[in-house]
Amino acid sequence: MKLEELRFGTELLKRGFASMQKGGVIMDVVNAKQAAIAEEAGAVAVMALERVPADIRKAGGVARMADPAIIVEIMDAVSIPVMGKVRIGHSVEAQVLESLGVDMIDESEVLTPADEEFHIVKTGFKVPFVCGARDLGEALRRIHEGAAMIRTKGEAGTGNVVEAVRHMRNIMGEIRALQGKNPQEIIARARELEAPAELMLETVKMGRLPVVNFSAGGIATPCDAALMMQMGADGVFVGSGIFLSGEPERMARAIVEAVNHFDDPAVIAEVSKGLGQPMKGIDIHTLRDDEVLQYRGR
Amino acid sequence: MGVKLGVLALQGNVSEHVRGFERALVEAGVSHGVVVSVRRPADLSDLSGIAIPGGESTTISRLIQKNGLYDPLVRFEGGIFATCAGMVLMASRVDDARVKTLGLMDMSVFRNAFGRQKESFEADIQIKGIDHAYHAFFIRAPVATDAGNGVEVLARIDAGIVAARKGQHIALSFHPELGTDLRLHRMFLEGLGIGE
Repeated sequence: MKLEELRFGTELLKRGFASMQKGGVIMDVVNAKQAAIAEEAGAVAVMALERVPADIRKAGGVARMADPAIIVEIMDAVSIPVMGKVRIGHSVEAQVLESLGVDMIDESEVLTPADEEFHIVKTGFKVPFVCGARDLGEALRRIHEGAAMIRTKGEAGTGNVVEAVRHMRNIMGEIRALQGKNPQEIIARARELEAPAELMLETVKMGRLPVVNFSAGGIATPCDAALMMQMGADGVFVGSGIFLSGEPERMARAIVEAVNHFDDPAVIAEVSKGLGQPMKGIDIHTLRDDEVLQYRGR
Repeated sequence: MGVKLGVLALQGNVSEHVRGFERALVEAGVSHGVVVSVRRPADLSDLSGIAIPGGESTTISRLIQKNGLYDPLVRFEGGIFATCAGMVLMASRVDDARVKTLGLMDMSVFRNAFGRQKESFEADIQIKGIDHAYHAFFIRAPVATDAGNGVEVLARIDAGIVAARKGQHIALSFHPELGTDLRLHRMFLEGLGIGE
């Protein structure tokens, strides 16, 4: 049978791709070897980077899209989806990643923004995007621009889950608070949050964001990952927490299993035994304002 | 009549499958249908059928083994409605040693047969036993070849087999749970003797 009319890059295909990641762990990797370890451990996808966020922090300067050679090396190394990060508002970095064939683009505050006013108009791309958000208004603005997936921002590269918790609670709490309100009240709240009213109404009706919502930014242990799942995350991104820990292979497997059994403390206890040193981590209160990545893009 | 169905809930598109089964049961006139999540061997008891959802087949395969579900799934006596990664798991042969398939349908599968996400597509396809075209969503989809030993091909496109049936099992390389068309869910339920 010949297929006459194929349609590529539709909204449903983009959101559908994100949906297949649910219940999974997406791991930051910087080379083919790490990518293979992540895949072997049961990651649902990898994020191909030049440096993990904690090292981006240390390096300072302008953080940009990774060298395409690194991204291609990682794409060749694994059969699971490969994602890549571009600077907020940098549509050419996004075009480049799309042409390389990455499966999803993260328009990320971890890199230095290219545009401090606007995000990329993502509806024009065939490749799906994931974007960070700290609250419901920010999440819905990104979805309105075409994001097929949201991740709460947390504070990347700190190994400190406190901001991830804050942002997930902001979003889930706001949705809970709006249940039972009438449409006028919901639209009024949308105006306050600078969120598109239609998306706000849809969100309240569904009782959740209309796209997949992962947690990111500071998850460093199996307990952290399970905590975010109990708070309502559809899955987790783990950045520096795996390959900056003492035993990355074991940490990767343990976090995959903790996400799978997030409501079973006995399993989480078992996988957490003797895991070695998690990444050291940073107290958020010691960061200067210009070191806080979550303030980038709004 | 009470009917109990399950959805393998290790990773992937689980909630859409739960809703799909719930809606299909209502359409089939089953008033006391229940759809449960399956994460442990005990969850399989009393189920007439289960769905194995789309997701990452390497991840789901690993978690099936880790959770002690491999043998219980191979021995499962009900029907299995397997989509995308699920189709990969149903096959007897796969092009990736990291995936340990259940071997319940005699066919070879190729993961990501169309390429990466940018090659994901939607299209109208013809499916044996379904009147009129079916609008299907292929997301990093697999295809099957070499169907043998009682495996009936329900749909084939140039790249290979995209829908197949064996006994009560149906394997699809696309995602019926993402749309609103429940005809394939109904076909599966009819195979279980529900809502004929």
